[in-house]
Amino acid sequence: MNKKLGWKELPEGDILEAGTAKNFRTGDWRSLKPVYNAEKCIQCFICWINCPDSAILVKDGKVVGIDYDHCKGCGICAKECPPKATAITMEDEKK
Amino acid sequence: MKIAKTGNEAMAEAMRQINPDVVAAYPITPATEIVMIFSQFVADGLVDTEYVAVESEHSAMSACIGASAAGARVMTSTSSQGLALMYEMLYIAAGLRLPIIIAEVNRALSSPINIHGDHSDTMGARDSGWIQLFSENSQEAYDNMLQAVRIAEKAKLPVMVTTDGFIISHCMEVIDMLTDSDVKKFVGEYNPERFLLDVKNPYTLGAIDLQDYYFEHKMQEAEAMKNSGKIILDVAADFNKSFGREYGFFEKYKLDDAEIAIVCMGSTAGTAKVVVDELRAKGIKAGLLKPRVFRPFPYKEISDELSHLKAVAVLDRSDTFSAYGGPLFTEITSALFITRYSLPVTNYIYGLGGRDINTDALKKVFEDLLKNAASKKIENPINYIGVRE
Repeated sequence: MNKKLGWKELPEGDILEAGTAKNFRTGDWRSLKPVYNAEKCIQCFICWINCPDSAILVKDGKVVGIDYDHCKGCGICAKECPPKATAITMEDEKK
Repeated sequence: MKIAKTGNEAMAEAMRQINPDVVAAYPITPATEIVMIFSQFVADGLVDTEYVAVESEHSAMSACIGASAAGARVMTSTSSQGLALMYEMLYIAAGLRLPIIIAEVNRALSSPINIHGDHSDTMGARDSGWIQLFSENSQEAYDNMLQAVRIAEKAKLPVMVTTDGFIISHCMEVIDMLTDSDVKKFVGEYNPERFLLDVKNPYTLGAIDLQDYYFEHKMQEAEAMKNSGKIILDVAADFNKSFGREYGFFEKYKLDDAEIAIVCMGSTAGTAKVVVDELRAKGIKAGLLKPRVFRPFPYKEISDELSHLKAVAVLDRSDTFSAYGGPLFTEITSALFITRYSLPVTNYIYGLGGRDINTDALKKVFEDLLKNAASKKIENPINYIGVRE
């Protein structure tokens, strides 16, 4: 969200238009950052299935990286990535 | 059509004629009959309403909120502990701006447990964001119910219409009922701008709203309540034009040329009118102001009507236990203060737990008023009447 709306502009009664969650950058909350290594990735999609924030980016049917605008850094993707692949590792977020 | 009805029957008949989409209710004395009679209307096929039998008043209001958010015209009825159990949901109904109607029968709150009429329950909900309409008798209860639908849907605020428990809810009076078709025409169809079952225009309702937006939404609610005053008057004007019965923020009874007056709400106004007439016959210029609309509180209009008086007594059928009088008293005295009027105003708390208030008690109040008017002083600002020492 950029400009915050005033009470005269807001829809009445605690209404939020559908599909606005993507405008909210929850990536700012992150303290640990998942780092994706395309060379190690076996395209099993286990990270994509498990990500609670739909922050695994997919293009043309393939995992291509992380949506850092919405990834909260929970680490589930790194944990679930098969041990033989370890295509996702967690690093400290540099602020 | 003139017909004898109790207050509860009158409210149930109004609900039948309004024919709401959903009624979710849990019966409680003295409002039980309203939903009992209405559920019979449902069983007999006289209404199209989906009747939701729930396990508590908290659930009743929750179901009403869900149905109203979905886009339905929704009503319920309750009293006393039932309204108290709805407490958190009342604020949600108002905050989500849902035009739900409660037929609320005023009854004392426990403890001690008591089933009779006073205003403690309704006054507990006075700051919940609901419009509150008080009724003196069955006729007003019926008329207020019909107007409440239009007010709620235009203001996008919930409305509670009240009667006094047993005194009105269970007393039979002759009322003038409108025809079913007249009511249907008056209340019209409910066409909400936004509703959750409108799947082509999806939205989120009731999302978390922290420091960044909560205040703006509450400001909208405050503004809606402020603007509802005009809506209430417009609906009353249309009602009067259609059916010839006059309503406003309040009723004035022999007030314009009065020197002393009582302010009271609900059924006691009927008793006060008798006393005013008796005093007028003796040449005492007594009058009455009976607020109908407690929320929004029409502070300027009430102040203006009281400003010419030499002394005023505000009667409260509930206490705030603030050591500073009843809720109507504090509203009226602060209203007079900020509109720069200064006159002796006293408070009388009466009738708790359904204790009778009779003409002698009200005459005593007027006697006190004559003294206050002469001395321009107040000996006891807060008084309790009809209670044994």
